[in-house]
Amino acid sequence: MNLLQLSWKNIISNRLSTALSLILFALGVGLISILLTLNKQVQEKFDKNLAGIDLVIGAKGSPLQLILCNMYHIDNPTGNISIKEAKAFMKPGHPLIETAIPISVGDSHKGYRIVGTTKDIVDLYEGEIAQGKMWEHSMEVTVGAAVAANLKLKLGDNFKSSHGLIEDPNLVHDDVQSLRVVGVLKPSGSVLDQLILTSTASVWDVHDHGAHEAMETDNTEDNHDHAGHDHAAHDQDSHDHDGDGKPDHAAEDHDDHVGHDHSNHDHDNDADASVEAPPLWEMEDKEITALLIKYKGRSFRTLNLARNINDNTDMQAAMPAIEINRLYSMMGVGMDALEWLARIIVFVSGLSIFISLFSSLRDRKYELALMRVMGATPGKLFVLIILEGLLLAALGYILGILLSHLSMYFLGDYMSDEYKYSFQAWSFLKEEGYLLLGALAIGFVAAVIPAIQARNTDISETLSNG
Amino acid sequence: MLRTENLGYAYDSQTRLNFPDINCQTGEHWLLLGNSGCGKTTLLHLLGGLLTPKDGQVTIGETALNKLSGAKRDQFRGQNIGIIFQTSHFVRALTVGENLGLAQQLAGKKVDKKRIQTLLDRLNIDHKLNAKTSSLSQGEQQRVAIARALINQPKVILADEPTSALDDKNTEEVIQLLEESAREVNATLLVVTHDGRLKNRFKNSIQL
Repeated sequence: MNLLQLSWKNIISNRLSTALSLILFALGVGLISILLTLNKQVQEKFDKNLAGIDLVIGAKGSPLQLILCNMYHIDNPTGNISIKEAKAFMKPGHPLIETAIPISVGDSHKGYRIVGTTKDIVDLYEGEIAQGKMWEHSMEVTVGAAVAANLKLKLGDNFKSSHGLIEDPNLVHDDVQSLRVVGVLKPSGSVLDQLILTSTASVWDVHDHGAHEAMETDNTEDNHDHAGHDHAAHDQDSHDHDGDGKPDHAAEDHDDHVGHDHSNHDHDNDADASVEAPPLWEMEDKEITALLIKYKGRSFRTLNLARNINDNTDMQAAMPAIEINRLYSMMGVGMDALEWLARIIVFVSGLSIFISLFSSLRDRKYELALMRVMGATPGKLFVLIILEGLLLAALGYILGILLSHLSMYFLGDYMSDEYKYSFQAWSFLKEEGYLLLGALAIGFVAAVIPAIQARNTDISETLSNG
Repeated sequence: MLRTENLGYAYDSQTRLNFPDINCQTGEHWLLLGNSGCGKTTLLHLLGGLLTPKDGQVTIGETALNKLSGAKRDQFRGQNIGIIFQTSHFVRALTVGENLGLAQQLAGKKVDKKRIQTLLDRLNIDHKLNAKTSSLSQGEQQRVAIARALINQPKVILADEPTSALDDKNTEEVIQLLEESAREVNATLLVVTHDGRLKNRFKNSIQL
């Protein structure tokens, strides 16, 4: 029986107050650990998904929304931009732009977004094919690893997309051709994992019908912006044209759009898809949601480019790095408040360790004196009580860490639905190592005064009064 | 074996206690008789090195207790002096066996399970080895307390009022047990009491 074992026996024999101290301590440590982990993982994901994108060009609206929608695929689109307007930035040979990746969103399958884009996006996020191939023709899709795993999609599977970004069986495009899975990507840890990728043309083919005609007439007119709105209601995500992305709009639009499908354009579109398509930027009458831009290099000219777009076009250009920093600073307030709450809980739990040791000392005074009689030095009694404090803190820490990572584990599913990221429940941070040191320091401090008291026990007096 | 010279103690400047010199040889059994409040417990604590005398000194074997530093004295006490207190107390978180093991360990010895077992056997409480001390009866507690005092085969056994709460039959039993146990390890036994019944049981006695 060494001192450590004795402290252990002492704290487990004092069940009630030990349990109270442990619960409080575990709560505090758990809260801090989960905040650290979440913060870290969210930031990591956001940073990873920045992937060197310098600029996002899309419809006017909130710049943060534009970025959250087109890079992180969390928010709704701000609206669409016409290729006619975006053409200058899409065509190869722009002096400042290295890559421009078109993004068309608006449809989904069982909650996963279908993104019409080019293969450049896969290179951007360093994605690789696990099975099959990249999409080539219209109506072919390559799905992200998480999508394939969660929806159990295999090569050759067919499904019909549904309109809008929420899961709703009423919004399925029953009347159009099915999309076919031709490839599955390897897990990349980026947003690609959560996406269904296809060609821009596929998205148009599902949607295009009424808009096709409407846009043609619009384009000849100057007031394209306003006139286009009513007609463009048939187009993908038209509900966002006017700046609000409420789902009920989507439903209305959809009804409209289905009507059009049947009456006019079904066959035309199928025929369109099968012919060799011209480059995207030539299709001036079409629309996309956004362009992801990577510069050749940054200079004052690139800054001017963004300003020019914002000042002189109907589009907006948003810089992801700036918007994401803005987002961090907004989230930071809530995080700070939670962090303070956690600190207070840890402080209170330290206090509860102190109180529990202190009150148990009063009951154990005779016991401690007896240990002195049996040969224990005052130093040993001091160490004994300190060990009890440290043990409580260490146990509380272990419970807290378990608590935090278990909740991460269970929260993970929910969070990946909500934020389109998978979280690692069992990855540990080095900050959690510091947290252990902090926990032990609290245990030590809480035990110091009781330990000094134990050390100073007057044996003779205690035994005479016992 | 146990010797005191001019032993005196003062709790404050008014009350001063002076004790007669004691000189007990190895293996002798002594009775220290005195009425309540005459400083019996104080003397026992002085003899056990729990208190430091104001005057004089206590010598056990060749060692003068007050010449030892604090930690050395604790160690010496653990190894050489077994003390049985008026009321039995134990480390509550531990079982009977663990309490005895702790006594061995705190005295700087290895835990000797065989010694614990035989000692409990001798005192007829071997079945309580793994019992929590709080579950023991008064009599059993006293036996465990005796076992704890004997566990390290001390040179001196000090007992403070071991019989004050017992009837005649049990008193006889406990004294017999103490004497036998002391004899077995050839220890000097010193019983401090106000219990007149013990007067005739001991050859050697000192009146305080």
